[in-house]
Amino acid sequence: MAVSHLEDQRIVEFDVRTDEMLVNMGPQHPSTHGVLRLVLRTDGEIVSEVTPHIGYLHRCAEKIGENLTPRQWIPYTDRMDYLAAMNMNLGWALTVEKLMKLELPDKARHLRVIITELNRIASHLVGMGAYGLDLGTFSPFLYAFRERERILDLFEEVCGARLTYSYLTVGGATHDLPTGWLRKCDEFLTQLLPVIDECHALLTTNAIFVRRTANIGVLSPEMAIAYGCTGPVIRGSGVDHDLRRDGEERYTEMYDGYAFEVIVQKGGHYPKDHDYPAVPSEAVLGDCWHRFYVRMLEVIQSVDLVRQAMDRYSTATGAFGVPVKLTEKLPKGEAYLETEAPRGQMGFYIVSDGTSIPWRVRARSSSFCNLSVTHELCRGCLIADVPAIVGSLDVVMGEIDR
Amino acid sequence: MSGQAFLDRLKQQFGDEITGANLEAIDPWIEVSPSGLVEVCLYLRDQADLKFEMLNCISAVDYFEPDPKKAAKATFAPHLEVVYHLWSFKGKVSLVLKVMLPRWQDDVPGQIPEVPSVSQIWPTADWHEREVYDLSGVRFVGHPGLRRILCPEDWVGHPLRKDYDMPLEYHGIRGR
Repeated sequence: MAVSHLEDQRIVEFDVRTDEMLVNMGPQHPSTHGVLRLVLRTDGEIVSEVTPHIGYLHRCAEKIGENLTPRQWIPYTDRMDYLAAMNMNLGWALTVEKLMKLELPDKARHLRVIITELNRIASHLVGMGAYGLDLGTFSPFLYAFRERERILDLFEEVCGARLTYSYLTVGGATHDLPTGWLRKCDEFLTQLLPVIDECHALLTTNAIFVRRTANIGVLSPEMAIAYGCTGPVIRGSGVDHDLRRDGEERYTEMYDGYAFEVIVQKGGHYPKDHDYPAVPSEAVLGDCWHRFYVRMLEVIQSVDLVRQAMDRYSTATGAFGVPVKLTEKLPKGEAYLETEAPRGQMGFYIVSDGTSIPWRVRARSSSFCNLSVTHELCRGCLIADVPAIVGSLDVVMGEIDR
Repeated sequence: MSGQAFLDRLKQQFGDEITGANLEAIDPWIEVSPSGLVEVCLYLRDQADLKFEMLNCISAVDYFEPDPKKAAKATFAPHLEVVYHLWSFKGKVSLVLKVMLPRWQDDVPGQIPEVPSVSQIWPTADWHEREVYDLSGVRFVGHPGLRRILCPEDWVGHPLRKDYDMPLEYHGIRGR
């Protein structure tokens, strides 16, 4: 009788012997968030090295910016972080306003807070749903997208677009909020909160989810700072830094008089910790679970901020913006400004030689820096952890592109 | 610390390596010579009262006017600037460092200028420097792996240079 395959020790040994292997993840793998390609060097299930390749979407945004006026470039900022286009509009508009030394009326300021915080909720909902999808659960993704669609309905009523708005622009916004819109927005916020609780039940406290994310991809605060990580990534590592509070005056004055606390772990607990699921014992500060949790708490915080902004907006005086011509001449000089976008700090740099077209346009994006830390986080993890780690950074490839 | 006092302190510390400043600009900046860049950056990061621990952005600006008619009226001499935007968590202030470079090393067209890499000081500079190298053509000496990051590895030229010409074809793909 012939020796069966399994009984022959040499064959078995040959079959299970592992060797170093290069595995390409993406650009098409659904869990790699767009056109990201990761080259993994693996030994069996263990990943020894990860190299991200990011140039697949090179759209020459900066070069185009050097041939258009700042207001004409607003639609290109939409397409950077397409999940939070309003925040991108705001970042660029504020930078140009800084260069032009433009002061805005109060009403425009509160309008911008309403719009950008709503977009932050929409963006975090996608981040949350897609993260669940990365880890193999589908329902939270549907629930998150259903809520996001409601925000997009609100935005559609404001500016007619659902993804690329070009609504906030240099000098304020393109037009005022429609009548009755604030009531609809308030209704949306009221029904959103139970859904967030549901998502907490489905993900944050889910035993499988905790096992997949707790103590995985731990990012120390020192490393987060050294790699220039920002947003929920750095706050998930316990660094108390949020540009809405600490940033440049031109940006923080938007939030003057608003009551909010930076979502970061202080003294072992988060603000509002008593209302929301406790941190599981397996979780370590700076791991994937904490990054996710910071995003979830920021949704609640943004709901609160939108409510405050709506109150102020409805009583504010002045116009929704100051008129700026499409081809307004820029003063000579340069300006750099960073804003707190949902994924972290979005910086724009503009150099002008005195004409209406900028000499140099530069975008510094949060996902770019957040992704550059991947190779440190993925060293020695399992292949199944790679989507968990990359997903927890919540990168958008359009933002990494220039 | 006011801008002037800060500048005086850096000048006292590094002497001629601090080659200029503009404190009246919207974002006041300090100019550093390429040879002193690494020392100045280490000092800014490690001094207990400064602690510029975060490197926000590295950008390169190409000051060159390819159109001869406009070039006659240009207010600048052709050169290349590398701009570093730093941030201090401690003081909650930002700082702008600038390094001025010739457009071409030794005035030989095609030979890109060199500046020391700060990726040993801030690891985030790794990708930022690769991007500046790729798009603006500055060689960072001491960088661990200076490769193109957005363009393909065999791409010719640096697209954000003002005199860059789009190639007519690339691997059989028609450009322009």
